[in-house]
Amino acid sequence: MSTLATSAAPSRHPALSLRSRLAASGLDAVTLLLLPAALLLVALFIYPFVYGFVLSFEPKQGGMFANYQRFFSDPYFANTVWTTMKIALPVTVLNLALALPIAFRVRLLRRQRLLTTFLVLPITLGTVLVAEGMLFYFGPQGWFNRTLLTLGLISQPVRLVHNYWGVLISLVITGFPFTFLLTLSYITGIDPSLEQAAATLGAKPAARFRHIFWPLLLPGLAITFCLSFVQAYSVFPSAVLVGEPAAATRVISIAAYQSAFEDYDYAMASAIAMIMAATQLVVVLIVFAARSLVYRGPVASGKG
Amino acid sequence: MNRSLTERLWGTALWFLVGFFILNLIALIATVITSSFATRWLGTWLPADFTTRWYFSAWDEFQLGDVLTVTFEVVFAVVLLAGLLGVPAAYAMARREFPGKKLVTLLFLLPLLVPPITYGIPMATVLYKTGLGGTMAGVVLANLVPTVPFVILVMIPFIEQIDPRIEAAARVFGAGTLRLFTHVLLPILTPGVLAALLLVLVRTIGMFELTFLTAGPTSQTLVVALYYAVFAAGVRAVQSIDAMAVIYMATTLVWLLIALRFVNPTQIVARAKQVH
Repeated sequence: MSTLATSAAPSRHPALSLRSRLAASGLDAVTLLLLPAALLLVALFIYPFVYGFVLSFEPKQGGMFANYQRFFSDPYFANTVWTTMKIALPVTVLNLALALPIAFRVRLLRRQRLLTTFLVLPITLGTVLVAEGMLFYFGPQGWFNRTLLTLGLISQPVRLVHNYWGVLISLVITGFPFTFLLTLSYITGIDPSLEQAAATLGAKPAARFRHIFWPLLLPGLAITFCLSFVQAYSVFPSAVLVGEPAAATRVISIAAYQSAFEDYDYAMASAIAMIMAATQLVVVLIVFAARSLVYRGPVASGKG
Repeated sequence: MNRSLTERLWGTALWFLVGFFILNLIALIATVITSSFATRWLGTWLPADFTTRWYFSAWDEFQLGDVLTVTFEVVFAVVLLAGLLGVPAAYAMARREFPGKKLVTLLFLLPLLVPPITYGIPMATVLYKTGLGGTMAGVVLANLVPTVPFVILVMIPFIEQIDPRIEAAARVFGAGTLRLFTHVLLPILTPGVLAALLLVLVRTIGMFELTFLTAGPTSQTLVVALYYAVFAAGVRAVQSIDAMAVIYMATTLVWLLIALRFVNPTQIVARAKQVH
């Protein structure tokens, strides 16, 4: 503080102490290395969100909330939220319900690598390729229907593409591996000696699951559910390619895309994007609220 | 100790599900490959005859030469920039504690948690307003949004496990920052950086949403071109589109196989775990 009082070279001394004070709190040249990456994300991620948020209140015509009013009063827009939920929620529950028991089996497997490699395939190939393959494979002439017909399980080809089921199947093909690999990484993170201790004390598998794994897994499962849901909720290419984009699978991302790139109404598109983000956030918050109702404890327990 | 019958039934049912999933997955991919070599394939188990001519026609029809060039230019620019921006940032995050670190962590985490289509539309709007939309630079910038945080989050634990005393020792022996970097850090970091960048490469080839929203006619990558081809199906022969899909698969899988030599498959997905 006395340096402030001296009049000779007033700028140099405080600057030096500021620098060392900053370094003491961890802000030195090394910390500056993260500036370029942080600036890029502020410019291309945070700023567009803020910009889109502001833009959504500047509609082409009407008052400040005209875009939002239009969205919720016009069933052509408002129904997309429900349509998307109707696809995303069942898919997420199904993927998680399949992934959890299978991951429990696979965790005991010594050679998981071959299986995980297979499962990573649809994730890497992406939704566009899966949709393209589905068109023929699950089509009326495809091998899937043909096999079911030969086995006598069905008498007529089942319609599995260009409708709700097409999108559902495509989201299971790309979403299940994602959910599974995430769940597996959480399960293998639980110390196996905990289970062995419970087994030694005479706990049956069901009891071990209920009292050991379930509480430890719950935080991870909540995160897995949220990530899987958010992915399914933002389905786009498969809703167009193997769905019925004009009706049964007109999901919210299609509405946003059409506003932006077909009507060139960026304000409306931004409003829809904001609603999309908000509905995702609501579901995420509900999941975490439900989790804390079921189990109160450390968020990241039992890992590492 | 014998396992009970219900337990065994349960186990069998689970393996049956896994088998069913993988069988369908393989059959789906095989359908695309078979169809791309088919002369005519209608209402039979296998096509009437096989040919390679669709590959030549797809190559011309979809200008795949140009598309592949664009794809690799975009992908390598993204890989290079994501490495240059991400690795130093990861180093800072791993080595320093500073006020507001939680906020910066959140900044790096959000682009990986929010799905691309949600933030892609406002981002594309901004890019179009600044004149970058529809250009190659715009596509590269858009793809940096998820890849830079990805590199950072993969690299942080990798750098944390390097003993800081190694760097201190180099300093004691008089190494400057440049020498420290080239002789000490670079050799230690190379395997981790290589793995992270290979994953970025695989993810960028397959990144549809962001490229789709920001690309113009001359800056389309392979996956976007494939989308448009499937979208306008009926205009071209199915086999031609399938040939293009096979070319896309081949470009992705080559890099995936290389990447899998260095990383565990779960790493492609399980990045959220490393944060906590």
